[in-house]
Amino acid sequence: MTKNLRVKSSEYVDETNRISFKFNGKTYHGFKGDTLASALLANDVHLVGRSFKYHRPRGIMTSGSEEPNAIVQVNPGTNRTEPNVRATEVEIYEGLEASSQNCWPSVEFDIGGINNFLSPFFPAGFYYKTFMWPASFWEKYEFFIRHSAGLGKSPTSSDPDIYDHRNIHCDVLVIGAGISGILAAKNAAKNNFKTLLVDEKNELGGSTIFENNEFNKIDNKTPSEWLKKEIEDIKNIKNLEIKTRTSVAAYHQYNYLLARENLTDHLEAKDKINKIRQRLLKIRAKKVILATGALERPLIFNNNDRPGIMLSSAVKKYSEFYGVACGNKNVFFTNNDSAYESALSLYNKGINVKAIIDIREQSESKIVKKVKEAGINIYWSHTVVDTTGYKRLNSVSIMKLSNDGTSVTGSKISISCDCLGVAGGWTPAVHLYTQSGSKLKFDEEKKVFLPNQNTTEQISVGSCGGDFKIDEIIKNLNQKLKDILNINETDLDSIKVEIDQENSKRNIWLLPSDKPLGKTKPFVDYQNDVTAKDIKLALREGFRSIEHVKRYTTTGMGTDQGKLGNMHALGIIADTAGVKMGELGTTTFRPPYTPLTFGTIVGRNVGKFFDIFRKTPMNDWHVENKAEFENVGQWKRAWYYPIDGETMHQAVQRESKAARGSAGILDASTLGKIDIQGSDASEFLNRVYTNAWSKLAIGKCRYGLMLNEDGMVYDDGVTTRLGENHYIMTTTTGGAANVLGKLEDYLQTEWPELDVYLTSVTDHYATTSLCGPNSKKILKKLIPDLDLSDENFPHMSFKEAHIGNIQCRIMRISFTGEHSYEMNVQASYGKDLWEKCIEAGKEFNITPYGTETMHLLRAEKGFIIVGQDTDGTMTPIDLQMDWIVSKKKYDFIGKRSLYRSDTMREDRKQLVGLLTDDPNIVLEEGAQIVSELNQSPVEMLGHVTSSYFSPNLKKSIALAVVRGGKDMMGKKLFVPMENKNINVTVANPVFYDEKNEKLNA
Amino acid sequence: MFLINCPYCGERDQQEFKAGGEAHIERPKQPTELSDDEWAEYLFMRKNIKGVQFERWNHAHGCRKWFNMVRDTSNDEIKAIYKMGEKPPTQ
Ligand SMILES: [Zn+2]
Repeated sequence: MTKNLRVKSSEYVDETNRISFKFNGKTYHGFKGDTLASALLANDVHLVGRSFKYHRPRGIMTSGSEEPNAIVQVNPGTNRTEPNVRATEVEIYEGLEASSQNCWPSVEFDIGGINNFLSPFFPAGFYYKTFMWPASFWEKYEFFIRHSAGLGKSPTSSDPDIYDHRNIHCDVLVIGAGISGILAAKNAAKNNFKTLLVDEKNELGGSTIFENNEFNKIDNKTPSEWLKKEIEDIKNIKNLEIKTRTSVAAYHQYNYLLARENLTDHLEAKDKINKIRQRLLKIRAKKVILATGALERPLIFNNNDRPGIMLSSAVKKYSEFYGVACGNKNVFFTNNDSAYESALSLYNKGINVKAIIDIREQSESKIVKKVKEAGINIYWSHTVVDTTGYKRLNSVSIMKLSNDGTSVTGSKISISCDCLGVAGGWTPAVHLYTQSGSKLKFDEEKKVFLPNQNTTEQISVGSCGGDFKIDEIIKNLNQKLKDILNINETDLDSIKVEIDQENSKRNIWLLPSDKPLGKTKPFVDYQNDVTAKDIKLALREGFRSIEHVKRYTTTGMGTDQGKLGNMHALGIIADTAGVKMGELGTTTFRPPYTPLTFGTIVGRNVGKFFDIFRKTPMNDWHVENKAEFENVGQWKRAWYYPIDGETMHQAVQRESKAARGSAGILDASTLGKIDIQGSDASEFLNRVYTNAWSKLAIGKCRYGLMLNEDGMVYDDGVTTRLGENHYIMTTTTGGAANVLGKLEDYLQTEWPELDVYLTSVTDHYATTSLCGPNSKKILKKLIPDLDLSDENFPHMSFKEAHIGNIQCRIMRISFTGEHSYEMNVQASYGKDLWEKCIEAGKEFNITPYGTETMHLLRAEKGFIIVGQDTDGTMTPIDLQMDWIVSKKKYDFIGKRSLYRSDTMREDRKQLVGLLTDDPNIVLEEGAQIVSELNQSPVEMLGHVTSSYFSPNLKKSIALAVVRGGKDMMGKKLFVPMENKNINVTVANPVFYDEKNEKLNA
Repeated sequence: MFLINCPYCGERDQQEFKAGGEAHIERPKQPTELSDDEWAEYLFMRKNIKGVQFERWNHAHGCRKWFNMVRDTSNDEIKAIYKMGEKPPTQ
């Protein structure tokens, strides 16, 4: 029988709507409006997990996104499971299941808990020191660490949910819907600013909504009463969009922010279906108002991590907001007045508050007096020195603090309790503020980092801006709003605020114990199990920079990024090293503020939209004809067309023989195509290609090589002169976009005087390449009235023709060395033309071939592929393509670099052919080449760039780059492989039809 | 993520743009007259300042126009944007 700690129905929890859920396999009940944490606490469940390193039992510490301990796996074993979710943020629904993480076999009995007793052997840097040597042991250590640690389990099947992205442009973005955020949003919207108000919680009002301190009044009402009215008001304001369950994850430069809107996580499984689960909001705001509030700090004392030890503000929220008492015997431990509010909240509901331990000497505020009147024991100048209770807090021991706060005196008093509310003051939530690039300044009096230098149009209002009292908040908010919105009046001008003035604070970062530090466990980072001792050890070992201490001790490196303990870590470092906290600075707060799912990040870009690929107009034909595809850049290209279970090798050998023996057909649509027009088009080509273009006649084609300014080959392709001032350039498939970009760059920035216009037409035309000795006959069948004689239509020339109704640009050019035609038609006719060619070619056994065969055929001819035979370090001279470099032209891109001393060296790597002595051995592409076998070390002369078995030559052929290869014709070299050395001979890279007789066959 | 004011299109998100390195490095009109060292100076040497830097940017996924930007690399503040061929603003 579980206990019920529900104390009073709250307006935020619907007691008529009972919900059952499972935690660690056991069924519990809660109400609509509960979080997993509040529902568990109502069932008196505090123990929810184990810590990461020592596997100490841990409970719920907070009521919000800063929770370090209550990290659960939601819906384990399903395809919707999610690890590392904070129980304080999970809204319960019928059928919810959750389980603890970091424990095996169960949270109640955890084998890793042994680490707790071994903890003297796990000091800071333990992993670095121990597992670094010997390196080969790492795998074993890793297995052990991963198995016993376990940071939750990722789903094993695909995510059933839909995710979405949305761009939002607004005048004012307000982050945080506490009192400051609500007032800011209201005034912005009323002044005609398009405003977006977001809050990570599902309810508006922040902490003020359950602020019932009777001594604080706004317009004579309690802050919570007053704020409820404001919340009703803003729901109907024009220009104001309100998004709850929306957490801002990142604040980038120029007021660009990313937020995650949670849409279905709080719904039952049946209601999640076909809905968008989470949406990533990409927000560009003209002005940003940060109203992110403050996080309560814990206090750092011995054994401050037991289940039942919570933030005082969380105890209050569970009581006031969820109607849940966190314990039957409550004690508070504080350094300021806020614990008294929490204590009174419980007291007023009839819950036992046994004592308040206050490290201050006294406080005279009204609320303290009220607590005294209630008869609650207050121990002034006392501190907790130890706690007991393994899976649940049992008692606290307290002692009197010395005047300087560094030691304890007197006798020890033990107070039995099951819940300890800890109040260490407030830390402004400046995480998003610093992400924006803005700078913080340490306030030595308030002991907080505060916004100091804003880099964009933004303000920080409320407690995140350092205002903690309601009168300060309203006054400063009013002025900041007027400044950023550039308005003269707001409706804050007339608000009357009364407050309980006294609020003293005594700050001690590390509270002393009667035991020495080495014997105690004051946790600073709960999630990563970092104690004050670890931080001091790091300092003793010489670490000084806060960033180094962080990495060495792992403090602040958990999924919570140390939201609770970072300030204490800094304080302890400052105290120990004797420096001011302001000088120490902070560690960097990085996005996301709270973890994001992968689904949210990728949005709709999943499945076939993950990496979108481009298909040619003939793609369907290739698919129907069982082509295998290869990815070339973003393109899907037909690779080869296996028949009757052929291997790739068999298919390629067959296709290659057919293309040279009769007729082959290739889809070349992916080649880049740039339309070049303008009266200076010829001059432009002269400047970008290495060869001369002015004299190219209309209707003629020319191969061009394009260099980078450093003289290295950048791209190549055939360009055709269509008219006096009109060319069409082809580029490599992969280079198309970059070539256009490069040409535009020169045109706009270096040669703006040239009258030239460039247009990418790659997608506008489909290209079918017809090749082989029968290609002419096939084309003749398709276009009977076109004179295909060598006189009328010679190699490297162009004709415009019609095939039926289809207008067609035909270039007689060849990348295989065979008589061939490239036919370009409007993309939408591409498949039609292709099918016509196949039909007309049937009698010649026309054979479709893919990219692999194309590569083989061109290698037989010694034609290079830029990017395969070149790698950005090859000049045209290195490629033995001197013939294409004009000596006459005064200048072209890269020309000067060809005359640099380095590019003129004779011993550069140069392109050569390689023949294996055994013609059946095919070299591996990338294999290294040497001239000596019995020498060590031996110089690598170069490597194989292309290698095939040529069915037409019936032997293995290869292209390679070899140091000084140009002068090595006929020389014997070696390709050493793992099990054998292959003897090769340097050869002319043109293996097939050296005299180009086939072109006109 | 910068918000860049393309001189031809207006304010657009940084992801539409491509950075193109240091600005105001003119391609020599007569490269063949230059010594190896002088050519290497043009070809390879670029400043990488922490502070105010003059840069080329291209609205690659927009109007495809190149333009110049003055940017403080220490805080990414864009101080000025002007068209190609225009004189850089004086400090
Ligand atoms: Zn533009």
